[in-house]
Amino acid sequence: MVICEGKKIFRGVAIGKIKYYTKKVNTVTRKRIEDEQVEFKRYEDARERTIEQLHDLYEKAVKEVGEMNAQIFEVHAMMLEDDDYNDSVSNMICNQKVNAEYAVATTGDNFSEMFANMDDEYFKARSVDVKDVSERVITILNGNDTDSDIGNEPVIIMAEDLAPSETVLMDKDKLLAFVTEKGSSNSHTAILARTMGIPAIIGIKIDESMDGKIGIVDGNTGKFIAEPDDETFEKYNKMLQEEKNQKELLNELKGKDNVTKSGQKIKLYANIGNVSDLALVLKNDAAGIGLFRSEFLYLEKNTFPTEDEQFMVYRQVAETMAGKKVIIRTLDIGADKQADYFNLEHEENPAMGYRAIRICLTRHDIFKTQLRAILRASMFGNISVMYPMIISLDEIMQIKSIMKEVKDELRSEGIPFKDIEEGIMIETPAAAMISDILAKEVDFFSIGTNDLTQYTLAIDRQNANLDSFYNPHHEAVLRFIELVVKNAHEAGIWAGICGELGADMGLTRRFLDMGLDELSVSPGCILPIRKVIRETE
Amino acid sequence: MVSFKYVVKDQAGIHARPAGLLVKEVKKTGAKVTLECDGKSAEATKLMAVMAMGVKCGKEITVSVEGDNEAETAKALEEFFKENL
Repeated sequence: MVICEGKKIFRGVAIGKIKYYTKKVNTVTRKRIEDEQVEFKRYEDARERTIEQLHDLYEKAVKEVGEMNAQIFEVHAMMLEDDDYNDSVSNMICNQKVNAEYAVATTGDNFSEMFANMDDEYFKARSVDVKDVSERVITILNGNDTDSDIGNEPVIIMAEDLAPSETVLMDKDKLLAFVTEKGSSNSHTAILARTMGIPAIIGIKIDESMDGKIGIVDGNTGKFIAEPDDETFEKYNKMLQEEKNQKELLNELKGKDNVTKSGQKIKLYANIGNVSDLALVLKNDAAGIGLFRSEFLYLEKNTFPTEDEQFMVYRQVAETMAGKKVIIRTLDIGADKQADYFNLEHEENPAMGYRAIRICLTRHDIFKTQLRAILRASMFGNISVMYPMIISLDEIMQIKSIMKEVKDELRSEGIPFKDIEEGIMIETPAAAMISDILAKEVDFFSIGTNDLTQYTLAIDRQNANLDSFYNPHHEAVLRFIELVVKNAHEAGIWAGICGELGADMGLTRRFLDMGLDELSVSPGCILPIRKVIRETE
Repeated sequence: MVSFKYVVKDQAGIHARPAGLLVKEVKKTGAKVTLECDGKSAEATKLMAVMAMGVKCGKEITVSVEGDNEAETAKALEEFFKENL
């Protein structure tokens, strides 16, 4: 048994035969040609054929992975229509009298190098595209077809790296998972793996001798296991079975409304804490993201994430959700979530300490950077923002004035944004009690039941000695929720729950009676709750 | 020669797809169109060169048009930028 750890790209488990996939590498040798006109004609024909192929590929990709992800193939075709690219090939053929294959390979390398040296991540990633498209021309010059044939049985693809065209060309029914050595989480292959819903891991040392052996891809942890022992195999087989059961539930409930027998509807959104959870959100048919915990951006780093870094993540989430609501909760650092570079002082009572919005309202630089990134990303989907740990109206007023500053700055810089919905978390008894006042100033409430329960009952969640005192269904908490919903509706705004209690199926009936508009739960809970709702009178 | 300035609003800057559209658009006009930004310049009919400028969001570019009907072409291109970038 061999176990390797890599970077997880897409969740899920796959068990199957490993297929060691090598690119049909075109070995290009430099040859001297006699008739440059004939040679250039060969290039022109191959180029035209490639462009045709790319258009076909585009059509195929639109159907399989959507317009957004398919556009790359249009760009590939445009690259082959570029004057500089064609001039370079033609000059080499005519002046140096080299064969078309060599001229294309060298030209591709040069342009690829040019992009690789740029300082912007987006443009850097285009170097792979130039290489991919040049390879394609050479393949045709060599007289080969370009089908990425992976055989007739389902396999785990193991490869050094995969070009976007290779992933799209593979027969989806035969693909169990991707394991690659290179590539980044921003690469097209990673994006395609997410869209196609195939478990994927990158950064795994690949080994040709594994070809044909049994492998396990655990996209949930980033583990790749070759030749598993019986115990490991059984463990994963069980996980796979559970995933299958979940899938059956999904097939039965996907696309159906969260509606009771008497016709009451409620929205089911997902809570997520990382971009890698997005796939789960889509897979489980969530109507949106009710809580996007932005902390991981801060916790995964040794320094403050830049505006651009945050923007790219928010944008990716908004685009992936394609118009469905994405509620981003601003930074909730402090208490049990610490990052060293914030230099927070040690506190005796961190749960009631310097955390979340309290940090943002004293360190405007951190807050403004995040708000700018969120607003910029608002152009790419349906984003809302919500603020944690609110206790007073004054805090909302401060947030509003900071938000206004940020918007004014963006406007003066000519950077577009949408006027997004702004809501607050109701997770302190104070906010719940004055929710009638707060409701007049915000667009929605999302009740954070974990903190609301601990503050209401004065019970530390982390202390196991208190378990016997802890009652998650305590009437005090439920009355708070009822009050908050009532006050929200009176002010004409909506209210939801984004804490663990939202997923408590023993309370679903009660939540429906209270008139909650939304429950945001971990992605895996959505379908089971949908089932309960649909069985409720 | 007629020229105008434009601040790029597209979040990803002049990235591959709009660059491709721009090239197509300019080729149709038959005019010589040059883009300039931060001391780098490129002919707008050349996709790779335009992309290689690496123009990011918020940057101001100068677009110069030479040829017949310069003024009209410049106007049409300005519209194009507003719509696509």
